[in-house]
Amino acid sequence: METVTLTIKNQPTLYLEADTITPDNFSGKKASEIAALHAFEGRDQFTLGKYFEVSGEGGATAADTRIVVKGNVSRVKYIGMKMTAGEIVIEDNPDMYTGAWMQGGKLLVKGNVDAFAGIGMKGGEFVIEGNAGNYLGAAYRGDWRGMQGGVIRVKGNAGSDIGYFMNGGTIIVHGNTDVHVGTHMEGGKIIIKGNAPSKVGGQMVGGEIFVYGGIDVMMPGFKYVQDEDLEVDGENAKFSLFYGDTGERHPKRKGQIVYGKLHLRN
Amino acid sequence: MTEFLIKNGFVFDPTQGIKGDKADIAVKDGKIVKSSDISSKAKTIDASGKAVMAGAVEIHAHIAGPKVNEGRNYRPEDKLFTYTPKSAGKRMAGGFSIPTTFKTGYEYARMGYTTAIEAAMPPLFARHVHEEIKDTPIIDEGALPVFGNNWFVLEYLKNKEIENTAAYISWLLDVTKGFGVKVVNPGGTEAWGWGLNCLTIDDPVPYFDITPSEIVTGLIEANEYLGLPHSVHIHQNSLGNPGNYTVTLDTLKLAEKFKPKNKFGREQVLHSTHLQFHSYGGDNWGNFESKSKEVMDYVNTQKNVTVDTGCVTLDETTTMTADGPFEHHLTELNHLKWANVDVELETAAGIVPYVYSPDIKVCEIQWAIGLELALFAKDLMRCFITTDHPNAGPFIRYPRIIKWLMSAEARKERIDTFKHSAKMVEATHLAGIERELDLYEIAMMTRAGPAKALGMSSIYGGLKPGMDADVVVYDFNPQKPHKPDDIEKAFSRAAYVMKTGVPVVIDGEVVNNGNKRTLWVHAKVNENPQVMRDIKDKFLRYYSVTQANYDVSKHFVPNPYVIEVDAT
Repeated sequence: METVTLTIKNQPTLYLEADTITPDNFSGKKASEIAALHAFEGRDQFTLGKYFEVSGEGGATAADTRIVVKGNVSRVKYIGMKMTAGEIVIEDNPDMYTGAWMQGGKLLVKGNVDAFAGIGMKGGEFVIEGNAGNYLGAAYRGDWRGMQGGVIRVKGNAGSDIGYFMNGGTIIVHGNTDVHVGTHMEGGKIIIKGNAPSKVGGQMVGGEIFVYGGIDVMMPGFKYVQDEDLEVDGENAKFSLFYGDTGERHPKRKGQIVYGKLHLRN
Repeated sequence: MTEFLIKNGFVFDPTQGIKGDKADIAVKDGKIVKSSDISSKAKTIDASGKAVMAGAVEIHAHIAGPKVNEGRNYRPEDKLFTYTPKSAGKRMAGGFSIPTTFKTGYEYARMGYTTAIEAAMPPLFARHVHEEIKDTPIIDEGALPVFGNNWFVLEYLKNKEIENTAAYISWLLDVTKGFGVKVVNPGGTEAWGWGLNCLTIDDPVPYFDITPSEIVTGLIEANEYLGLPHSVHIHQNSLGNPGNYTVTLDTLKLAEKFKPKNKFGREQVLHSTHLQFHSYGGDNWGNFESKSKEVMDYVNTQKNVTVDTGCVTLDETTTMTADGPFEHHLTELNHLKWANVDVELETAAGIVPYVYSPDIKVCEIQWAIGLELALFAKDLMRCFITTDHPNAGPFIRYPRIIKWLMSAEARKERIDTFKHSAKMVEATHLAGIERELDLYEIAMMTRAGPAKALGMSSIYGGLKPGMDADVVVYDFNPQKPHKPDDIEKAFSRAAYVMKTGVPVVIDGEVVNNGNKRTLWVHAKVNENPQVMRDIKDKFLRYYSVTQANYDVSKHFVPNPYVIEVDAT
């Protein structure tokens, strides 16, 4: 596996849209070719080379390409957008849309990510060692097809509206989240090892949400079913199972009951 | 003086019966002229080995106005990854099924379309429609105000007051700068205000106690009384329901007793739009089947009816119609987001996204029905290609529909890759149809036919001297062997498009924003104090705006092309 290292040398005045930083785009390219890839700052188009020092070269394929992003990238959006394979390591805190529409490969952020990280994600492994912002693994605005697959793991806390319109895949938050978890959720799994204040599973019609800590205010459309022993993320524990959110209709055969599952750790 | 000579192309022009002969088209000052009428200084455009046609005419699309814009508003995901930045002479443009106004103009022009009719203008929001029309570059546009659920119309026709209906139509066309009479789910949209619908032509409208049949015949009579360029343009009752083809035939038969009366060369009294949605058999989605043959057998015998296809293109799109109850029905089916509005005394509208999937049997059958209608048509001067944009698919798919109509091989290829192809074949006729349309027939369906049905055949749809110089060159040689995809490619990006004598597209790229015009009809009638009093009264009693704030004033329509009609 070949490694390309990007070290930020000039901070953009506006925010930089760097959706070209993916193993797919870097594979088969030399440092100079990578530096010539485009990046938008506001409405003007520049090259990655204007902002980053590029060293190393891409592997033969995306899967053979590893990218390390160094320095303060808090004004850089869209790193790893639509990546299908390979690896990206971001050592600092990137801005919004990190790993958006990611389809495969590995993306590791050692710091925090801002909002919309992993939105519309279809596959791959996305690890955030710090905190995540709002709309983690959510659907794009207006879309009813949110996260479809893959795994997002946040070691810290996450913001609000995570897993909005989630259809598949797994989101694991080791810390706490803000409000609105798995709104309109239709599939997949959200595991919150800390607390989730309120609006958990609003209008969810499928999928599962696990909360290890507390929920301050439950949605009124959830109903307690039974206690259960489950293995979640490699550990066994006792949970209370709730069905909900019973206010929502969904395309299913007539007479079929539609619900999502909420598991609260006992 | 600007002169052009488009030389040596294979010309297809149904208005002159030219079926692919090599000919030169001469243009002078925005009009087509005889070759002998231009000087030697004329700029020459070499069209040798290419097909030459008049600019295409779109007879039915939802491309401007409040419901189109609400579609844009509530579907940001439709715009995702579709934007192109501005460039010299071109504005930023984007969107797929509901493109921006700019993209609408650019994309029509690139396909060789030079005129389009916005199919449903809510009169109260006519200003919005005209603001968007103004911002749609290149193509000439007109808009059809909706009348089929309008309180004035329902009240006058209840009492069989044709003259008053005509006077009201004349007034409304004038104040909204409208082009003709559109009817959407006659009576049904008003009934929707009571949570009801009119699913046959004899279902009475609550309160008004009038039937769709009376509304349609009354409006045809008023339309012909006025002698408008276009006929009544109808979106029938019971759209999209299995078994609705009987309602379709019932409605079409209403036209039998009328004769066209106009000075525009129009021969039909009723245009029935997006017929695909109205040609369904079966009584549920399980035994849903094509009744295109039954419908077209009737249309083929009835000279005073024209139709357009409303072809399903198998895309993810955004349905939007003034047929409020239908959109509610649709959101109950697919459970996707729904927008709905009631427009005071006039109409309503609903919007729901829809995914026509090649893996769903019903969508496959709908796709087949749209194409069958065209392939069963005996007179292609009366059957036009549309997708009811964006309802059955975006208009940018016209080249693909042309490919399917021109190539049985392309149709077979599509059928074979359907998930339920055996079931689809069983429920439709398409697999057994060998017919392949030729370019002359395509020119009828997209040029001469719609221009004539709109009453605009004096300037649009042909290449006769005296007509507007809307000329399109496609990089397609009909005399050479070709693959089906070559057809789609050529029609997607015209080699050369001229709009009223101005080159607007060269090699598939927009080079000029043209001088777009807004078409509207000024129909003069005798003074009618009763109708004027009724209008004043309704504004005082019911409308949320005053009459003075209703009028589409001149600055909304900066470059009008007014068609004068005298019905005094």
